Amino acid sequence: MAEVRLENVCKHFDDVVAVDDFNLSIRDKEFVVLVGPSGCGKTTTLRMIAGLESITSGDVYIGDRFINKLPAKDRNIAMVFQNYALYPHMTVFDNMAFSLEMRKRSKEEIKQRVQEAAEILGIQGLLFRRPKQLSGGQRQRVALGRAIVRKPEVFLFDEPLSNLDAKLRAQTRLELKKLHERLATTAVYVTHDQIEAMTMGDRIVVMLDGFIQQVGSPLELYDRPANKFVAGFIGSPAMNLFEAELNGAGDGVSLRAGDFTLDLPPEKAKYFQDYAEQKVIVGIRPEDFKQADEHSPGKTIPVTVEVVEPIGNETYVNVAAGDVTLTAAVGRRTVIKPHSSLNLVPIFDNMHLFDIRSQKSILKN
Amino acid sequence: MVIERVGSKVIKFYVPLAAYLIFLLFPFYWMVNTVFKSNTELYNLDLNPFYIHSPTLHNIVRLFTETIFLRWMANTFFVAIMATLISLVASLLAAYAIQRLQFKTSGPTGVAIFLGYLIPQTILFIPLAHIIFKLRLWDSLWALVLTYPTFLIPFCTWLLMGYFKSIPKEMEECAMIDGASRIKIFRRIILPLCLPGVLSAGIFCFTLSWNEYLYALAFISSTAKKTVPIGLVTELVRGDVYHWGALMAGALCASVPVALVYSFFVEHYVAGMTGALKE
Repeated sequence: MAEVRLENVCKHFDDVVAVDDFNLSIRDKEFVVLVGPSGCGKTTTLRMIAGLESITSGDVYIGDRFINKLPAKDRNIAMVFQNYALYPHMTVFDNMAFSLEMRKRSKEEIKQRVQEAAEILGIQGLLFRRPKQLSGGQRQRVALGRAIVRKPEVFLFDEPLSNLDAKLRAQTRLELKKLHERLATTAVYVTHDQIEAMTMGDRIVVMLDGFIQQVGSPLELYDRPANKFVAGFIGSPAMNLFEAELNGAGDGVSLRAGDFTLDLPPEKAKYFQDYAEQKVIVGIRPEDFKQADEHSPGKTIPVTVEVVEPIGNETYVNVAAGDVTLTAAVGRRTVIKPHSSLNLVPIFDNMHLFDIRSQKSILKN
Repeated sequence: MVIERVGSKVIKFYVPLAAYLIFLLFPFYWMVNTVFKSNTELYNLDLNPFYIHSPTLHNIVRLFTETIFLRWMANTFFVAIMATLISLVASLLAAYAIQRLQFKTSGPTGVAIFLGYLIPQTILFIPLAHIIFKLRLWDSLWALVLTYPTFLIPFCTWLLMGYFKSIPKEMEECAMIDGASRIKIFRRIILPLCLPGVLSAGIFCFTLSWNEYLYALAFISSTAKKTVPIGLVTELVRGDVYHWGALMAGALCASVPVALVYSFFVEHYVAGMTGALKE
C-alpha cells in the first residue's frame, strides 16, 4: 500500500511562495500528473515528496508513514530526473546497481534484479556501456531502470521525456504507461506538456502560481474546466476564449461579442441570472463549432477565414469575427480557402462561461 | 591556391608559434648550456656563448659532492607533498561545502577565502613567522608544510568550486535518493567526476610548494633543512661570487620532477583548468 497524502503543504523560498496550501490524496497504484506552466510549483511539490526540498508547513504521508522529516533515502521512493542524472563514470550496470549496493544487497541479488529490470526495458545489451555511449532514448531507459530496480513504493518523474525528440517522446509515453501497468506502483509525474498529462495520467492536477487549479481525470478537465486557466491550458489547439456581454433576462438571454450575438438556449439561461448586462468570458473548443450554409442572427457567427492549417487528421481554420479571433476544426478534408466567409454554429451544450473577475466557471456553480 | 593557403598558415601560425617557443625555451637552453661548460669557458668572452666547446660534467659532480643537494631535494619533496596533501584535503572539503551545502554564509565564506589569496606573501610572512615561533616550529620543515597551505588552499578551493559547480545537482540528489550518505556521495560520485580538477589542483600545489622561496628563506636557517631553491641560492652564491655552473646544475636537476609531473598529467591539467565535465 503506498498512498501518498499531502495535507495543507506550503513551500516558501524566503518571500516567494512556491506552493500554497496543497492538498492531494494519491491512491495506491494511481498515476497522477502534476501539470502547469514553468514556475507553477509542480516540481517543488514533487521534490517535497522526494525529500529533496524541506516543507515549510503541512504534512506529507506515504502510506501511514509521516515523512516530513524523513531523509530522502528512507522514503522508499525512486525518482527519474529530466536530465537523467546518470553517473557518467559508471557503466549502465553500476548505475542501476548503485542503489542496491548502497542498501547492502548481496551481489547475486543485485545482478539478478539489474538483469530483470534490463529485460523489462530491453537494455540487456547496454549493461556494460557508459552513459556517454548511449543515445538520449537509451539514457532515458537506463534512468528508468535505475528507478525500477529497487522496487520502490512510489515513482516520481520530473519531466523525464522533455529531452527527447517528439517521435521518441510519444513512443516512450506509451512504454511508460505500459510499464506503470506492469509494475502497478503509485506514480507522480511532473510535466508542462498537457498532452503528456492527458495521455498518461489517471488523474491530473493542474497548477498555477503555487495553487492547485483543478484535480480530475483527463476528460473531466477537458469537458468541465473549473476556471479559465484550466480551460485554456488543457486541449490543443487551445479553447477559444473571448469576452462577451450577457444581455436580456429570463429565457431570452444572449451573448454579444465582436460583431455578433448568440442566443443562449433557455435551459442554460437560468445560470446567468446574476450576470445580466455584465461581461463574461466565453469558452468554445475548436471542435465544438459546426458550419451553417447561411447566416442566421443569434444562431451563427459570421466569420472571415484568415489562415487554414491542415494537419492531416484534422484541419483548423483561424477566423475573425470582428475583433474576436477564433480557431475552428472543420474536418479532415475541406475546401475552405483563406479570405472566404463562413458561418460557424457553436454547440451550446459544450460551451463554457467564466466569471470575468474570479475567472471561475459559471456553469459549474 | 593550396600553396597560398599553406603559406598563410605558416605566417599566421607557425612563425608566431616558433617565436613564442624560442622566447619560452631560451632560459632553459641557457641553463643547460651553462651546466656543461667549465668556468674558464663560461667567462671567456671570445668564445661563442651559444655553443659548448668542451663539455664537462664537473658542475654536476660539484653540486652533488660539495653541497647536500640530495638532502635538499628530499626536504623539498617532503614539504611539497605534505603541503599538497593538506591543501587538497582542506580545499576539497571547503569547496564542496561552499558549493553544495546550503548554509547562509557560504557566499561570504567563499569570498573570504579568496581575499586570503590576495594578501601578498611579503606581508603575510611577518605574522606567520610569529605563529611559527610560538608553535616552536622555527627552522623545521613543518613550518613550511603548515604555511604553504595559506596560499595554496584559496586557489585550490576556487578551482574546485568551479569544478563542483559543473556537476549537475541532480546527480547528487539521485544518489541521495538511492540511499548514499553525503560522505559516500562525495567519495563515489563527486570525487571520481572531479578527478581532473583534483589533479590540476594537486599539480598547482606541488609546483608552487616546490618553487616557493620567501617562506623557506624566512623560516629555515640550518643548511640541512633547506629546500632546493634556498639551498642553491644560499650555498652556491657566496658573497658576490656566483657559482653559475653548479647553480644551473641544481636548477636543472630540480626542474626535472616538476617537468615529469606535468608531462604525465598535462591532459588532465588542461581539462581541470577549463573546468569541463563532459558527460
